[in-house]
Amino acid sequence: MTTPKRHILAGAFGAAAILATALPAVAQQRPAQQPAAPAAQAQPAPAAQPQQQATAPSGSTIDAIRARGTLVCGVTTGLAGFAAPNSQGVWAGFDVDYCKAVAIALFNDANRVRYVPTTAQNRFTALQSGEVDMLARNTTWTLSRDTSLGFDFGGINFFDGQGFMVKRALNVQNARQLDGATVCVQPGTTTEQNLADWARGARIQIRPVVIERLEDNVAAYIAGRCDAYTTDVSGLASTRAVQQNPNDHVILPDVISKEPLGPLVRHGDQRFADLVRWVHFGLVAAEEFGVTSQNVQEMAQNDPRPEVQRMLGRTGGLGQMLGVDNLWMINIIRTLGNYGEMFERNLTPIGLQRGPNALWTTPGGLQYAPPFR
Amino acid sequence: MSDVPADPRYARQAPRRPLRLSWSDERVRNIVWQALVVGGVLAVFYWLYRNTSYNLEVRRIATGFGFLEREAGLPIAESLIEYDPSMTYFRALLVGVLNTLKVAIVGIVLATILGTLLGIARLSRNWLLARIAGAYVELVRDLPLLLQLLFWYALLQALPGPRQALNPVEGVFLSNRGLKLPFFRWEDAHSWAMIAFVLGVVGTFLYRRWARARQMQDGQPRAVWPIGAALMGALPLAVWWALGAPFQPDIPFLRGFNFQGGLTVSPEFFALLLGLTLYTAGFIAEIVRAGILAVNQGQWEAAQALGLPRGRVMSLVVLPQALRVIIPPMTSQFLNITKNSSLAVAIGYQDIVSIANTTLNQTGQAIEGIAIIMLVYLTISLSISLFMNWYNARIALVER
Ligand SMILES: N[C@@H](CCC(=O)N[C@@H](CS)C(=O)NCC(=O)O)C(=O)O
Repeated sequence: MTTPKRHILAGAFGAAAILATALPAVAQQRPAQQPAAPAAQAQPAPAAQPQQQATAPSGSTIDAIRARGTLVCGVTTGLAGFAAPNSQGVWAGFDVDYCKAVAIALFNDANRVRYVPTTAQNRFTALQSGEVDMLARNTTWTLSRDTSLGFDFGGINFFDGQGFMVKRALNVQNARQLDGATVCVQPGTTTEQNLADWARGARIQIRPVVIERLEDNVAAYIAGRCDAYTTDVSGLASTRAVQQNPNDHVILPDVISKEPLGPLVRHGDQRFADLVRWVHFGLVAAEEFGVTSQNVQEMAQNDPRPEVQRMLGRTGGLGQMLGVDNLWMINIIRTLGNYGEMFERNLTPIGLQRGPNALWTTPGGLQYAPPFR
Repeated sequence: MSDVPADPRYARQAPRRPLRLSWSDERVRNIVWQALVVGGVLAVFYWLYRNTSYNLEVRRIATGFGFLEREAGLPIAESLIEYDPSMTYFRALLVGVLNTLKVAIVGIVLATILGTLLGIARLSRNWLLARIAGAYVELVRDLPLLLQLLFWYALLQALPGPRQALNPVEGVFLSNRGLKLPFFRWEDAHSWAMIAFVLGVVGTFLYRRWARARQMQDGQPRAVWPIGAALMGALPLAVWWALGAPFQPDIPFLRGFNFQGGLTVSPEFFALLLGLTLYTAGFIAEIVRAGILAVNQGQWEAAQALGLPRGRVMSLVVLPQALRVIIPPMTSQFLNITKNSSLAVAIGYQDIVSIANTTLNQTGQAIEGIAIIMLVYLTISLSISLFMNWYNARIALVER
């Protein structure tokens, strides 16, 4: 009876092989991601000292990106208005513009970005493992993501909430009428958990259908596998806008959660987190100061307000403090415009209003940037 | 068990000679090399471990399995045990494991039956039947499984909505929400009756063995069916009867958005089962065909010379011998079904991979999540392998 024994051995080796292939993905995070990081190169540290590489001083992400020459940005697999390849196969959208803005701050070149499509499910592993430098991907800022998942959020670039979309023919007026309905939802989202929470709280029975890929999920809703599709209202608007007949679908008025969306980076590198955060604030501040892609050069020359002069890098050396060129904001705004312009270019076409994403100076607006000083 | 006769070539042992501590001693060299290799592998693992824990620490990513006790909060569409989102991650993962087992076990049984029939059909003397079986095998083997799953799922979604559901037989509804079947309310009495049935199956099996053994001694054939009917039919019925014979029909009916009541076969489960079964049956058919062809033509002729009809030649003479060739590659197919069931994620069937992925997404603990997935698959796969090896060894003894 040697067969079973041999099999256990083979199994053990198989296990070792699986382990060996499964672990490096996470284990090699740093070394794989920044082989050329100057900090790591400077010390002739032998490979057997992982510490040396992993403890590389903060700022190493920026150094690694510079050494590589491109920013690797995790985006959605395709959500019109936020991040989707256009007809020429070029990524475009609101989140894509955030990737570009960071690339401009670092390289003064919006094209130095490699976009990595991520699903709701695999986005966090991609960021944790160093497969991407940052995520600009409709991601809700939550406590656990900020702590135990090991991320830092760079502000809130879109205040959102979760809603439901149904077919108009179904004649449903509000979410409470969905008792007993089947609802399509993407796994690995706050959406999925909110749905469960909400149903429990409202004592409503919901049957979930949980499909990983956005496309397949929407297809299931369209085919009638589900009565309703739920996600962030922005996502609903985007999905609705690209349907053959958007008017066949209604977004219900109920919003069942808060979904503050923003770009995020890994823990352990404050300098990169600072940069992403201030790129966002810069875009908002620019709108507040009336700096646009059209007038940015002229404002830099002539605007008498000291804060504008500092933001646009004429004085104060703020860019340097962030570890980038002092002209970073001029370059960003010249290419992409300010927050309002980005919104108008990408999100207005899919039917989204500014709403809470208006500047704080407008009633009901929440977008606010701390001082550039 | 040393009933395997020792190979005479190895019977004579080489004379022992003392170990010389010298590089020219082959045994010393062997030991040194092996120690180096093992040490190297261990060092690599240690390095991976250190590196990982260090990186996790730097990023303040949570570690450990404490999350298993926390509330999962994730909705699960179908479950064999009671589950709601306020239960723990452990419970949610258990639901996932059971869902994986459910589709794997049903898939293995169906694929084996269908594959065997197809394999035999492909050797049939009926030209049309053989060709159809051949074409089927080629078709399903050549298309990627994922594609087939998506195809079946899309097809099931193309069924009419619940309000226009197909209603072929009273109480049976087929719609894009799945297959709805009439059932009855399940109560404890039914569970006990089930247990009685399982015991009945075991009892019948044991009786059959005993009857065969006796027949070998006294030449008396003994009918198994009366005992079987009593143990597997009358016994469970009696148990059910003794417990009050509860029976509450549960007929599906349409209310609001969906059907209520009855038994549901969800489109996700059905598409996955269909895909796995049809795909794997193609491979099994080839294995069965190869196994049958491997049986010497002389066996056919000899059996036919005894006057056995073709069907009995197949079932009594050829198939038992073919099994020896069939079983080992069959094990691989069973393992394939189990592992391929993880493609469930694509069509929204919540198996262990789907639920573990969501768990690791919510907790951020990728390593623990992947470790759980690996552990589950290793356990299932090793169990299948061990069982099949045991079965194989049993069959092999029949060899003459
Ligand atoms: N904001 C929620 C949901 C984010 C999310 O993934 N939304 C979906 C639907 S709008 C999406 O963007 N999917 C795109 C994809 O999977 O590629 C979260 O952070 O969990």
